[in-house]
Amino acid sequence: MTRRLGGRAAIAGIGQTEFSKDSGRSELQLACEAVKAALDDAGLTPLDVDGMVTFTHDQNEEIEVARNLGVRSLSFFSRVGYGGGAAAATIMQAAMAVATGVADVVVCYRAFNERSGFRFGGTDQEPVASPLWIAPYAPFGLLTPAAWVALHAQRYMSTYGVSNADFGQISVVDRLHASTNPAAWFYERPITIDDHRASRWIIEPVLRLLDCCQESDGGVAMVVTTAERARDLRQPPAYVTAAAQGAAEDGEQMTSYHREDITGLPEMGVVGNRLWRDSGLAPTDVQVAILYDHFTPFVLMQLEELGFCGKGEAKDFASVENLTRGGQLPINTNGGLLGEAYIHGMNGILEAVRQVRGTSCNQVDDVEHVLVTSGTGVPTSGLILGGSPS
Amino acid sequence: MAYRPQPTMNRDTAFFWEGLREHQLLLQRCLGCSAVRHPARPMCPRCNSTEWDTFEASGRGSVYSYVIPHHPRFPFMEDPFVVVLVELEEGVRLVSNLCEVDPDVIEPGMQVEVFYVAFDDGLVLHQFRPAALG
Repeated sequence: MTRRLGGRAAIAGIGQTEFSKDSGRSELQLACEAVKAALDDAGLTPLDVDGMVTFTHDQNEEIEVARNLGVRSLSFFSRVGYGGGAAAATIMQAAMAVATGVADVVVCYRAFNERSGFRFGGTDQEPVASPLWIAPYAPFGLLTPAAWVALHAQRYMSTYGVSNADFGQISVVDRLHASTNPAAWFYERPITIDDHRASRWIIEPVLRLLDCCQESDGGVAMVVTTAERARDLRQPPAYVTAAAQGAAEDGEQMTSYHREDITGLPEMGVVGNRLWRDSGLAPTDVQVAILYDHFTPFVLMQLEELGFCGKGEAKDFASVENLTRGGQLPINTNGGLLGEAYIHGMNGILEAVRQVRGTSCNQVDDVEHVLVTSGTGVPTSGLILGGSPS
Repeated sequence: MAYRPQPTMNRDTAFFWEGLREHQLLLQRCLGCSAVRHPARPMCPRCNSTEWDTFEASGRGSVYSYVIPHHPRFPFMEDPFVVVLVELEEGVRLVSNLCEVDPDVIEPGMQVEVFYVAFDDGLVLHQFRPAALG
């Protein structure tokens, strides 16, 4: 058996609920609807499913999803940690499972009412016990994902002469792409760089309101199976060309302030190095990138860590022209988390599949490979998907 | 007196918070290789020793990074407030608040010094302010 994972598994089905601010139904119902939609898309039924992967953060138990859908038995179930860093790794787990034969059809899902229910960084719910890792930060009012990210990004700004307006380019790109995606919350609502500049500070002098992604209710699911089986199913396969997780030296969950240099995202560097090494591809070989965009500064830092530009050069690389269709690297063609929905990065993987299939609302020409990344500032993961198995 | 969130602590980290109550900024030092580390943890990542002691830091350092969180508002923080990442003279960094300063003049490299503030329920926290000249 070859030791390579690339080309041996594929995403054969994608499904999603509507993206809203108040779904009006349980997270479990959202998860089941999304999984059913993904199976329908693939032309499979719940009886075909024998594996499940989700986030440790997900509240929907595998066996509850299974008994609602009528899945008979599961021979593989697994969860991935670190919040949004888990997204691509769910596909990696599923791909490894089908490539090794421990399962044949694995569904990966993420569903939550993150806007109408429990809100990350909200002040209206008191956690039962504050985790140990937050102790050096919480007593000083450093308590939200936005603030954790911004304390990194301020050092990045002062080191490389980056301004908040540079981050605004990402907001404009994402909202432009969302404006033509009917599934996006911000459909038909593009913004200008002046709108960005006029939005209020959330974390000064780093993040304005339009640098921070929205919060959403919704569910997303994908079906992963072997490359051979995927070829016989309803949709063209989106092959898993490469998949990787990444954790890096002296990292904390979102507060890695103690490394020698805090102006990078070394977790994403680990992911990028593995993806390029395992695929044999280079940054110029991907036609679209879906880069996790919970907060805009970390999109710039990802461009550097993934090798699309040099260290400190992202502010020049990341122009609206360069990151939209016709540019050097169109990103987040679904609108990203900022524009489409915040489904913890899983909705971005669906967009990568659509780009491979040729069905995106903002379809890029001649797509061979798409890079998609997961949560940044945390241990994370990434994928390269392709339209052919090699 | 005022409220601040109580830090969760365990046997690896309690010395730090107990030191603050005595107005001491205690840092952890490896007895195997003398490396200083913060936040506290049980094993030295350099030499893997689990033997350590503590020593009092000078309380002097410089601004490494900072932010002014505006949203959401916390009832226990008086707006505006500055969260600062201080690089201590001893070479480690810690998060605190930068006080007694006009936010417009904060920049990385600014020299700062520690002081201590007592909060409800016996909590004492380190706070920083611009260092006195000379």
